[in-house]
Amino acid sequence: MSTVDTVIDRGRGMTTEQLLLLVVGLGAFLLLGDLIIGILNGTYSISRVARYVVEGTLYGLIIGLAGIGLSMTYSILNFANFAHGDYVTSGAFFGWGVTYLVAGWGAASFGHLVLVAPQRGVGGAQLEIAITSTPFAIMAGLLVAGIGTALFVYLIDRIVYKPMRGSGGIPLLITSIGVAFALRYIIVFVYSNRTRGTTLGGLPSFDLLLVDGWVSIDVHDGTLIVAAVALMLGVHLMLQRTKLGKAMRAMSDNRDLALVTGIPTEQIIRWTWMIGGGLAGSAGYLMVLWTGTIDWQFGWLLLLLIFAAVILGGIGSIYGAIFGGLIIGISMHLSMVWLPGGDFTTITAFLIMILVLMIKPSGLFGGKTTA
Amino acid sequence: MSTNTTDRRAQLESLWEHDAVKILAVFGTIYITYALVGLALGYSLDGIVNTLRRMTYLIAVYGMVTLALNLHWGYTGLFNIGIAGFMAVGLYVTMILAKPADPTGAAQYAGLGLPMPIAIIGGVVAAGLAGLIVAIPALRLRADYFAITTIAFAEIVRLGITSGALQEFTIFGTELGTGGGRGLIRNYGDPMNVIFELEVFSSFVDLTNSLFGFGPTQARALAYSMVLVLVLVGIYWLIQRTSRSPFGRVLKAIREDEEAAQSLGKNTNHFKIKVFVLGCALMGLAGILWRFRRTGVTPEAFRPHVTFYIWIALIIGGAGSNTGSVLGSGLFVAILFEGPQYFRRLVDQVVTFGDAPNTFAGSVAPILSGDVAPFVRYTFEEFTTLQFVLMGVALIVLMHRRPEGLLGHREETAAAIPLTRRPGDESTAGRGGDSS
Amino acid sequence: MSDTEIESPEVPNDAADPDPQRNDIELSVDGLVKRFGGITAVDGASFEVESGAMTGLIGPNGAGKSTTFHCITGIHRPDGGTVRFQGRDITGIRPYECADYGLVRTFQIAREMANMTVLENLMLPAQNQSGEQLWRSVLPFARQEVEREERELLERVWEVLEFFEIEHIAEEKAGNLSGGQRKLLEMARALMIEPEMLLLDEPFAGVNPTLEHKLLDHIHELREEGYTFLIVEHDMDLIMENCERVIVMHQGSVLAEGAPETITSNEQVIEAYLGGEV
Repeated sequence: MSTVDTVIDRGRGMTTEQLLLLVVGLGAFLLLGDLIIGILNGTYSISRVARYVVEGTLYGLIIGLAGIGLSMTYSILNFANFAHGDYVTSGAFFGWGVTYLVAGWGAASFGHLVLVAPQRGVGGAQLEIAITSTPFAIMAGLLVAGIGTALFVYLIDRIVYKPMRGSGGIPLLITSIGVAFALRYIIVFVYSNRTRGTTLGGLPSFDLLLVDGWVSIDVHDGTLIVAAVALMLGVHLMLQRTKLGKAMRAMSDNRDLALVTGIPTEQIIRWTWMIGGGLAGSAGYLMVLWTGTIDWQFGWLLLLLIFAAVILGGIGSIYGAIFGGLIIGISMHLSMVWLPGGDFTTITAFLIMILVLMIKPSGLFGGKTTA
Repeated sequence: MSTNTTDRRAQLESLWEHDAVKILAVFGTIYITYALVGLALGYSLDGIVNTLRRMTYLIAVYGMVTLALNLHWGYTGLFNIGIAGFMAVGLYVTMILAKPADPTGAAQYAGLGLPMPIAIIGGVVAAGLAGLIVAIPALRLRADYFAITTIAFAEIVRLGITSGALQEFTIFGTELGTGGGRGLIRNYGDPMNVIFELEVFSSFVDLTNSLFGFGPTQARALAYSMVLVLVLVGIYWLIQRTSRSPFGRVLKAIREDEEAAQSLGKNTNHFKIKVFVLGCALMGLAGILWRFRRTGVTPEAFRPHVTFYIWIALIIGGAGSNTGSVLGSGLFVAILFEGPQYFRRLVDQVVTFGDAPNTFAGSVAPILSGDVAPFVRYTFEEFTTLQFVLMGVALIVLMHRRPEGLLGHREETAAAIPLTRRPGDESTAGRGGDSS
Repeated sequence: MSDTEIESPEVPNDAADPDPQRNDIELSVDGLVKRFGGITAVDGASFEVESGAMTGLIGPNGAGKSTTFHCITGIHRPDGGTVRFQGRDITGIRPYECADYGLVRTFQIAREMANMTVLENLMLPAQNQSGEQLWRSVLPFARQEVEREERELLERVWEVLEFFEIEHIAEEKAGNLSGGQRKLLEMARALMIEPEMLLLDEPFAGVNPTLEHKLLDHIHELREEGYTFLIVEHDMDLIMENCERVIVMHQGSVLAEGAPETITSNEQVIEAYLGGEV
């Protein structure tokens, strides 16, 4: 039992926490009520709200997918990894390099393609990259994004984190900020700081007329949903069914006990990094597929949202991370009902995170259960 | 002979014990190195002095923030990674307070038109208040959650001032504005005019003119850097006093074991709130002094980079040591911040590179055929990028090799009087240094 | 709250105090309850501690001794019952308020401030230091007063160091001390608060016999000076030999309370606690 736990447990704060919960609950209730009434009396366009929910869900899937890895390393290695966002970016570049190569072999130089078109010239639109026209290139890219990032993250662990295995969470956190910074600018050095389009526009989409407007889901939205859900299911099965998964859960619950019972912790740590990194890379790849643009810092900008999701869901819980991601994604987009313009979506997400930390720091799925 | 050298060495070591000697030695080395490199580059005297002036300015500002961070993290264990946010609050509030009430021409948004001293006080108080707002909910949290909360706060501030909604707003019937992404233009007089308009100052201008060939603008900049050094000394003194006192003792105890400190009758939350607010107010002040003389400010200036710089400076110097904080910011600016660019200019002077390849691929491909030159050229072209990589790597290496930094191993006594042997006992020399 | 007051302490008859001339009651705990989720760690514990006496609190592992300590000193907030100190209700006070009442505790595992020197550790607990106000420590005219106080305090620290015969480690970092020295430091630090009552949580755990004697001597000496002690301890014999009164806890409540002789002959105690060991 650490000092921190007892300080939180002291119970004195319960009343203020409950009061806060009441206020927040009331606020959420009022907003929801306003939303429903607004939709019913036509103040808020129902199709607009539905579009927000759809976009939020898709965004939330990406955050949740990336969040699983962060949550796993957070609970098993016991530190908040600030480099996780840049793992997301790295994965996207690895994967898209391969997608460009496969889709555009011969259309431009190898270097231009593998570096995802660092200079003007042949790009995603010219290569007609889309799941409908170049499905194989995209699948290959996603695969490489996952596996490549897993190996890359493992390498970083070997070089940077392994020598400081015994250190506490804080030195590791500080180190990870250094890793994040170095990694981000290595990406600029290698891939350039140009923001570029990666996919073909005008994709076939499924459109639904919803009372006062259209809600459409295009094929890349669909790809994102299928791929993200499949990966999440995969992690779920891995944790529940395999020996490795059970060992990971044991270690996240109680590291000392796991050591005593002879679980090979070093091996578990390695797999945790690789699985977490693989998911981060895949999430990055899918994010770029979905938004159609790639740049050197999108993962870093995503990082705090991923933290928000993980904290909301409860560190160590992969379902918490997924759920937290969806909540964060949807509330970010829904906030535009009241705060139009999109300037406040990120602020909304951060405020939700801070509120969760104030009311229930252990998160909704409470505490340490990687299950 | 050999005893003589060991004596000399022992003498030097005991000399090194003094904080003033450390500061003089480190800064002396930095300045002389820069001056020598400047001479080697064939810079004019005013160019060299100007480089040193710019460095002094940066060291002074970063030093102030590092000292404030040391109060948070080094002394109390409050993991603040939202520094940029508090600096932004300080500067923006000051600028809004000081900008004239009726905007003219390109100077866009209106302010309150208050006199500069009041605007500065307002900015500092606002940064302190921001600290209070963060502290009250966040202080109960463990260090990593505290860190995430503070950086989220800083991003909320940055995104808030960037947002179009606050670009121009009306409060109590008064029009104000943050300028959104376009930022604010300084359309008030130079805040240092109080000094620049003094009689004495004109002779200072003449002096710098005759010594270094400075024009009035450069003379002003030099005077401003000197003022900042004075402020740095003042903050050093303030924080040194704060830490060498019963108050500082409780801070240290909180860092060591908060629960035990509570059982000894200390209301630790009160201390944490006070020290957090004080540190944030100082960060706000540093934010103001950093940029309130510039022609304008954009939210870009307050990206998390700034926070990162300060943390590197603190870790170089060693968390827990005030002298270390000043040395750390000096070394950070000299080696990691200004150094690489200076080095690049030096190399540029000596070697003439041809055109660099446009892309990384273009630089790597020739390596396969044994030609390294394009890669070197590309590296030089992308030096600014690599500088950031270097900073990240420096932080990692520090955390691996020397997490306690230069002076973090040394515990500075937390008492208002030197804690030496009991009076009456044969006294062993107190190691307080001469900086108290 | 009221329901717990009805619940009277189940003090077995033979353990009831036969002595009518009891001293003043320093600390009284009545019907204390503390739950953690579904587990009730303390289940209606009631007992009293006499002024100026040395009272032992014993019980098997998991009997709720440490939780009781935590509840008295505010680290946990009790779910029911009352705690009175010198007649004043102090139920659920905050940990830092204990010191105001003259109640101070030590921890099972010594919690020295590792990176502070022994002198700093001992100067820390002093109460009512004007220098703990930031402005007084900073502003020149107020600082003089602070420095004067510090000199007085340092003098007092040296006296305490002398009392525990540990002057030689005064300038050592607390983190470099041996286990025994840490225990001494912990006790010395508690005394610096100038308390009236000390709650010692296993002060002899992990202490070698020589130091144990020394510590006991110190405690007896302090008790004669008028301090009240409540000691949680595993070592039965040690408690029986040194304490005037003994409280036995078992499964969260008080099983027996009284003089050591009456406790050793109490069959319930023997069954619950000694039975397993002897």
